[in-house]
Amino acid sequence: MPDVIDQRPSTRFGALRTFRWTWLGAVPFFAFSVLFLIAPVSYLVVGAFQTPEGGFTFDNMIGLASPIIAASYWLSIRLSLASAAIGTVAGLLLAHALILGGAPVWLRRALMTFSGVASNFAGVPLAFAFIATLGRLGLVTLILRDVFGLNLYGSGFSLFSFWGLAITYLYFQMPLMLLVITPAVEGLKTEWREAAESLGASDGQYWRMVGAPVLTPSVLGCFLLLFANALGTLATVIALTGSNFSVVPILLFQQIRGNVLYNPNLGYALALGMILIMSVSNLLYLILRQRAERWQK
Amino acid sequence: MRGRFAIGPTLITVAALLYFFVPLYAAFQFSLQMKRGTLSFAAYGSVFQDGVFINAVTFSIMASAAAIILGAILVVPTAYWVRLRLPKLRPLVEFISLLPLIIPPVVLVFGQIRMFGSSSYLPLTTSDWGTNVLLVIGYVVLSMPYMFRAVDNGMAAIDIATLTEAAESLGASRFRIVTTIIFPNIRVAVVSGAFLTFSICLGEFAIASLLNRPAFGPYMVQLGQDRAYEPAALAIMSFALTWVLMALMQAFAHMKPGQKLFFRIPFKKKSPTP
Repeated sequence: MPDVIDQRPSTRFGALRTFRWTWLGAVPFFAFSVLFLIAPVSYLVVGAFQTPEGGFTFDNMIGLASPIIAASYWLSIRLSLASAAIGTVAGLLLAHALILGGAPVWLRRALMTFSGVASNFAGVPLAFAFIATLGRLGLVTLILRDVFGLNLYGSGFSLFSFWGLAITYLYFQMPLMLLVITPAVEGLKTEWREAAESLGASDGQYWRMVGAPVLTPSVLGCFLLLFANALGTLATVIALTGSNFSVVPILLFQQIRGNVLYNPNLGYALALGMILIMSVSNLLYLILRQRAERWQK
Repeated sequence: MRGRFAIGPTLITVAALLYFFVPLYAAFQFSLQMKRGTLSFAAYGSVFQDGVFINAVTFSIMASAAAIILGAILVVPTAYWVRLRLPKLRPLVEFISLLPLIIPPVVLVFGQIRMFGSSSYLPLTTSDWGTNVLLVIGYVVLSMPYMFRAVDNGMAAIDIATLTEAAESLGASRFRIVTTIIFPNIRVAVVSGAFLTFSICLGEFAIASLLNRPAFGPYMVQLGQDRAYEPAALAIMSFALTWVLMALMQAFAHMKPGQKLFFRIPFKKKSPTP
């Protein structure tokens, strides 16, 4: 059927004719991304450096240092650091227990599957589950009060505060850590351990001189991933605290709703700051991951 | 050699299991206490009898489904074309598709609201219809990293160059190649991306709330402020749903092309009545 072939030149023979048209295939994707992702974000970035009249200024970026905004960033960063640190340690301990501690295979597999679900179980329902657990009338709160005589809320703890949020975040942070650190922990080869032991190394020496140096880039990278993960969390905070707990996403949320900063361009700067922190932590995560992958072959 | 399950690791594992399951148990137990002095499923009944709940869930399911379809239409041909003809663009496409992981949803919707607000060239937020479109678009962007990765992995597993050449030599058009050759071969990957998209979008809060859509996420937050027992019931149901979606996704992800997940119900052709 020569007529059919003539209409659709293959690349080899019709390279010149198809050259220009090849690009068209990628146009829908790029058009969509530019219009609905890159342009809106650029709008905020440009707006962060503009006065309300449209002139160039650094005032908005300097304005980020004003008390309300700086306090909000500081709270966000502390909460994300705390939740990422707890998540990293807990996830690492769990990964170690499951992979190197000799846990039964079925248990390990079940917990990995569960982690896949739990790391996606963020947002409003998670907040509800924790209100039923550690809220004023939560199951654990009541058990501690009735069985152990410990008044959790009397002792200053509240689910709707800094540490309450950090404990809640752990529910998706620990599983995420378990999922992303498992390849690295599995990458610790038994030969290394045997080699160290045959040279007379103690358990502590093995971890200090072999295990820790190999794992460190992965652990740091995962820590940053968890940090970024906590930083962007909005729904869980709103469902737990209304909008009283002013981390950056909450402040941004209120700014979009009602211009609480009384300056639209300051709002853009607020968003830009958030993008910058997220970009830096994700970039470092990628660099560290590449470094860590040297050992995982 | 792997030793016994030592005491330290055992304690850690037990603590983790407790941490994971106590909140689920607490929510479940709490959800049963709506009627004083007796355990009942009254809270669940109350949730389902609420017309607003049905509307919100329906709305969110439709928005998620639309996002899945639009996302697949956007990502599948692009991933195919980039792999086949534009390998130089691959890093750029991959980078763009991962960008939403860096941009928090609240920032994304902020930009979109300003960009497509009442005084812009494309004022989508001024009409109900336009706002719904913007919501779906927001969901497509949110799910792009997962969709692209799933589809791209799916394409890596099949030889698209050979399939394309074979189809071309038989005279198939581009459209036909993508719809009847490539798509069925990576259907499993698309479906697994779809489940993930669905689980992200169904309870999504920030975008839906800021666009004032009557979606499930904002509904849940409102319910949490108004009621005591129903939220716990919702938490249990939504955990169960996430579990089902992830299980389906896993099942599809480990399926070989052409394998059926469910048995086909034997379908008897009606004999033509004389």
